[in-house]
Amino acid sequence: MSFAGHYAYAITIFLMVAGLYIVIARGNLIKKLVGLGIFQTSVYLLYVAPGKLIGGTAPILAPGYAVYSNPLPHVLILTAIVVGVATLALGLAIVVRIREAYDTIEEDEILAADRAEDARPQA
Amino acid sequence: MTTEHLPVLQVVVPLMSAPLIVLVRRHGAAWAIATVVSWAAFAMAVGIAIEVAQSGPLSYAIGSWPPPWGIEYRADALTAFVLVLVSFVGAVAMPYAKVSIAAELPEEQEYLFYAMYCLCLTGLLGITITGDVFNLFVFMEISSLSSYVLIALGRRRRALQAAYQYLVMGTIGATFYVIGVGLLYLMTGTLNMADMAVRLGEVTEVRPLIAALAFITVGVGLKLALFPLHQWLPDAYTFAPSVVTAFLAATATKVAVYVLIRFYFTVFGATPLMSEVPVNEVLMVLSVIAIVSMSLVALFQDDLKRMLAYSSVAQIGYIMLGLSLANPSGLTAAVAHLFNHGITKGALFLLVGILALRCGTTRLSDLSGIASRMPLTAFGVVLAGLSLIGVPGTAGFITKWYLVRASLEQGSWWLAVVVVASSLIAVGYVWRFVEAAYLGAPGPDTPRAGEAPLWMMVPAGLLVVACLYFGIETSFNVGYVTEAVASLMRKGGG
Repeated sequence: MSFAGHYAYAITIFLMVAGLYIVIARGNLIKKLVGLGIFQTSVYLLYVAPGKLIGGTAPILAPGYAVYSNPLPHVLILTAIVVGVATLALGLAIVVRIREAYDTIEEDEILAADRAEDARPQA
Repeated sequence: MTTEHLPVLQVVVPLMSAPLIVLVRRHGAAWAIATVVSWAAFAMAVGIAIEVAQSGPLSYAIGSWPPPWGIEYRADALTAFVLVLVSFVGAVAMPYAKVSIAAELPEEQEYLFYAMYCLCLTGLLGITITGDVFNLFVFMEISSLSSYVLIALGRRRRALQAAYQYLVMGTIGATFYVIGVGLLYLMTGTLNMADMAVRLGEVTEVRPLIAALAFITVGVGLKLALFPLHQWLPDAYTFAPSVVTAFLAATATKVAVYVLIRFYFTVFGATPLMSEVPVNEVLMVLSVIAIVSMSLVALFQDDLKRMLAYSSVAQIGYIMLGLSLANPSGLTAAVAHLFNHGITKGALFLLVGILALRCGTTRLSDLSGIASRMPLTAFGVVLAGLSLIGVPGTAGFITKWYLVRASLEQGSWWLAVVVVASSLIAVGYVWRFVEAAYLGAPGPDTPRAGEAPLWMMVPAGLLVVACLYFGIETSFNVGYVTEAVASLMRKGGG
């Protein structure tokens, strides 16, 4: 259980926590999405790293090769990457619309605008 | 035989209709395709339910790759029950959308709404029917991404902010779920639910399993708006287009609860994990807080849509309470409430959508005396409201009855008190509508609007009638559920 043997997990957890922190702590909508991206990416590592064996090859039967890496996690993560790209694209599209509607992408300014709208008597 | 392929057609037909709608583009044709497809999906769900009742669980190997290597679609009684709920609400909402969406969206954008709607339906049905945990994640994201778009279609700019909040929270939830699945995959080497359940029994190292259970519970908890992870829900439901609110309130959170039930009973059921880790105790405390606090918050809302949204969080509390009691009556209450609350809240949001369309407002203070202008709509809200409270003779009563019975069986009489007391709070917020609509005098500000077109009245009326019908004729929402629960409990070995 040495640290060196588990450094992939350490990096995964660091990225995971850092990403989540950015999502929570930042008020800028774009920065939040960046944090979300880092958070999602850390999970790719969680899947892919244990699937790779040092010296392992693709699981194709051939003379001279006995150690194979598991290809399934890579395939799963390929799907997850597509999902991540779609999420980021949609998130950015919504931010563009928010920028058009509110003229800002700072969360506190948007909330202030919403509160001002609530305080105004109904038009 | 086509019945053999029903499980995959259930998902593929709505999936394929989405690009078709985008190609067609004309709004009338788009509506027609979406309507036909959603009713076809309902027919297929009923077909699956009948097939399951007659000959037991269905299993379908995608691409003929046998499970556990290939992706398996698996339908048992619980799956069929949720499929019927989702596709029923999906089908009923479509005729309503014709007028409602035409009023809320520019004509050239309508086809995009119908495409997204079909994708959302695909995702929800897919989550329900798949027997593969990673496939479930993909469907979860299909339904979530399309529902972010559907919510962002709301007319006010705050819909955008609500959609963004939901996107961030929903993505965190889905990612937590993937982390949990990743840990389970590392420990078992399989993604098939049934296979995973068997292999989990052989795993001796429990710490990663506890972490996986925690990640999945929190991740899915975000999707189902489990208190205190519900912050996205009130804004999303308030600012989304009416038909979207009705559809999502009746289906999306319910499907997430279904995922949790699947994991707790089918995947983790055979392991001693559920009794060693205090999951049920935590869920019970959270659901009691949700029921009481969210009912109280609902009581003080002026906006009818927001009031119903908070009431939804409280109602999800009832479902989770039944689940956390973990005895047959409690689980029956939880599963039956998926359906009962689904149709009740669907009916209410459709009716509130009618008020929003005809009056241009959903604030109680502006709806004073509305019952004299729109008697049928107001009466419908009252009837569905009775089901929300749980008055005998309505669908809501069935759940409350089983919930109280389950609490007493467990020896927790105070839970029964919570259930009854919170129903009284529900009387309070339904009464606020009655007070405004019936007792308030129509002032000069009261909209002069009459009843809505039949396209909207008939679907809403159908759901209201369903609330009453399923309160009396309970062979589907209790009889079928009892069977589903019995098979879940058997699999769980306890």
